[in-house]
Amino acid sequence: MLTADLDRARGYLSERERLRAAPVPDAVATLQALSSSVRRTDLEMVYRAKLGHIGGDFSVIDILATLYGVVLSVDPLHPDAPDRDRCILSKGHTAGALYTTLAHCGFFPMAELESFAQPLSPLNGHPNRTKVPGVETNTGPLGHGFPVAVGCALAAKLMGSPSRTFVVLGDGELQEGSNWEAAMTAGHYGLSSLTAVVDRNGLQQGARTEDTKQLEPLADKWVSFGWEVREVDGHDHAQLLDAFRADRGDRPVCVIAHTTKGKGVSFMEDRVEWHHKVPSSDQIEAAREELTR
Amino acid sequence: MTQTTAATTYDCRKAFAEELLALAREDERIVVVCNDSVGSSNLVGFRQEFPDRLINVGIAEQDLVGVGAGLANGGMIPFVSAAAPFLTGRALEQIKADVAYSRAKVVLCGQSPGMAYGELGPTHHSIEDLSWLRAVADLPIVVPADPAQTRAAVRWAAYHDAPSYLRIPRFPVPEVSTPDTPFELGRSVQLADGDDVTVIAAGTLVSRALDAAEQLARDGIGVRVINMAFIEPLDTAAVLAAAQQTRGIVTAEEATITGGLGAAVATLLATTRPRPMRILGVPRSFAPTGSAAFLLEHFNLTAQGIADAARELAADGAR
Repeated sequence: MLTADLDRARGYLSERERLRAAPVPDAVATLQALSSSVRRTDLEMVYRAKLGHIGGDFSVIDILATLYGVVLSVDPLHPDAPDRDRCILSKGHTAGALYTTLAHCGFFPMAELESFAQPLSPLNGHPNRTKVPGVETNTGPLGHGFPVAVGCALAAKLMGSPSRTFVVLGDGELQEGSNWEAAMTAGHYGLSSLTAVVDRNGLQQGARTEDTKQLEPLADKWVSFGWEVREVDGHDHAQLLDAFRADRGDRPVCVIAHTTKGKGVSFMEDRVEWHHKVPSSDQIEAAREELTR
Repeated sequence: MTQTTAATTYDCRKAFAEELLALAREDERIVVVCNDSVGSSNLVGFRQEFPDRLINVGIAEQDLVGVGAGLANGGMIPFVSAAAPFLTGRALEQIKADVAYSRAKVVLCGQSPGMAYGELGPTHHSIEDLSWLRAVADLPIVVPADPAQTRAAVRWAAYHDAPSYLRIPRFPVPEVSTPDTPFELGRSVQLADGDDVTVIAAGTLVSRALDAAEQLARDGIGVRVINMAFIEPLDTAAVLAAAQQTRGIVTAEEATITGGLGAAVATLLATTRPRPMRILGVPRSFAPTGSAAFLLEHFNLTAQGIADAARELAADGAR
């Protein structure tokens, strides 16, 4: 099991408290900088490993940065604290986005990212909770994170814990039936501490979601399963912050975050082949330049 | 020798439910997750006493197991109870990824296993569960043989520091153990001793193995009977001792012979101390129509079937 980078963890905790109290534009500026840094780090990590899912990473990074940067009550110094908020990345193939975000928050040293996908590294191609602090359940096969998140939210309800649970789902992933089993359970039990975030980039591994197996009308599906739906621009940190707010009724909340796969690098954006393509030496230069503008 | 021939027999679900309810009264972290299986898991009493702590996810086994893993993550001690064929078949990937690989401390309770559902047919039989789950790392597989061992398994699993699978017998079995019989991870219990042949049995077949031993004793054949409740981790010391001290080994289980108890014992012996064996179970086939009792007879999973196999080994085996 990896352990925290103490200085970075303390810095993260104090910065998060500052941002929670700061005016929204200040918090947004900081989150934008965090997202930008996470994207650059992830790009280098994938390029070094010659492996990863960079399109989906870049699509979900603003969501994760907003969650970890401000919203989640988690502590890299006490990653198993019983009343912590739970964040489950159900689209586990974008582990690169999670690893780089967790490292930025001090859950483990940034230098560990150099081991990504290397032999015997704790940083597998898909996240492992027994090796990486901050990971709540091992994901990879799609449709697994959501039921586990429902269980976390049920436990919090039974224990009277203030813990909130977030599960981040890919849109293509919603073709897995297990998600709808979980959505029905959460609706039935009125799990208002649960938020499902759909990274709605419109693409899955092989093609557009709507050309593969139609998801729309997506919001209506969630509403019919007993959920409140909030639709936002998934790259707008202010909108995400507002969507993740705790005030809510007696229903779970689904945030449909409209995103762009490969966001931030023009030649990757909305291109199906960048699901798991690795940049060439020419492309890495162009990508670096775009991400440092 | 335990007299079992005319003994009273029990459906172990009652012991399961009573022990679980007793645990729930002691420890508020104990919760049950089921899939519209409140009645078939004998959990009506639990629901009456702890309605909030019985979570019914409906007919949704993938959700069932994932929710169990999440409850464990949240600090509860979940018993996930469902008919064994659906729990282990439909949710196998959840058992692998969410429970075993994630080390989520979930107690998976496979109800009505083996061919308990008899006439309902192979869709409802769970003869594959032991083979499937033996292939999953870090998951103890427990097959209690009677009500006392079922109670012990429930209590053990609640406080074992890892997930486990309990296969709760429904086909009526007599008591073969006592409440003070030790129950420890990977430990078998020797129920009878003899120098000629060893019978290693699990679950419903244990009492039948004892009956077989009794029958053989009358013919002067000494049979060691081992109740192997842990299919994983296997009690390798007991198996190796039996291989050294007796002429051959019969295994007996209400499961396919493809990968259960017999396969585990055979793998161990083939790579350490090869010994003549007979592996009794369900051959790699779908069962015909019939009651559970009929099917056990049909596949020769009887005291006579075990005795015949042991007799062959006693005649052929070389010490």
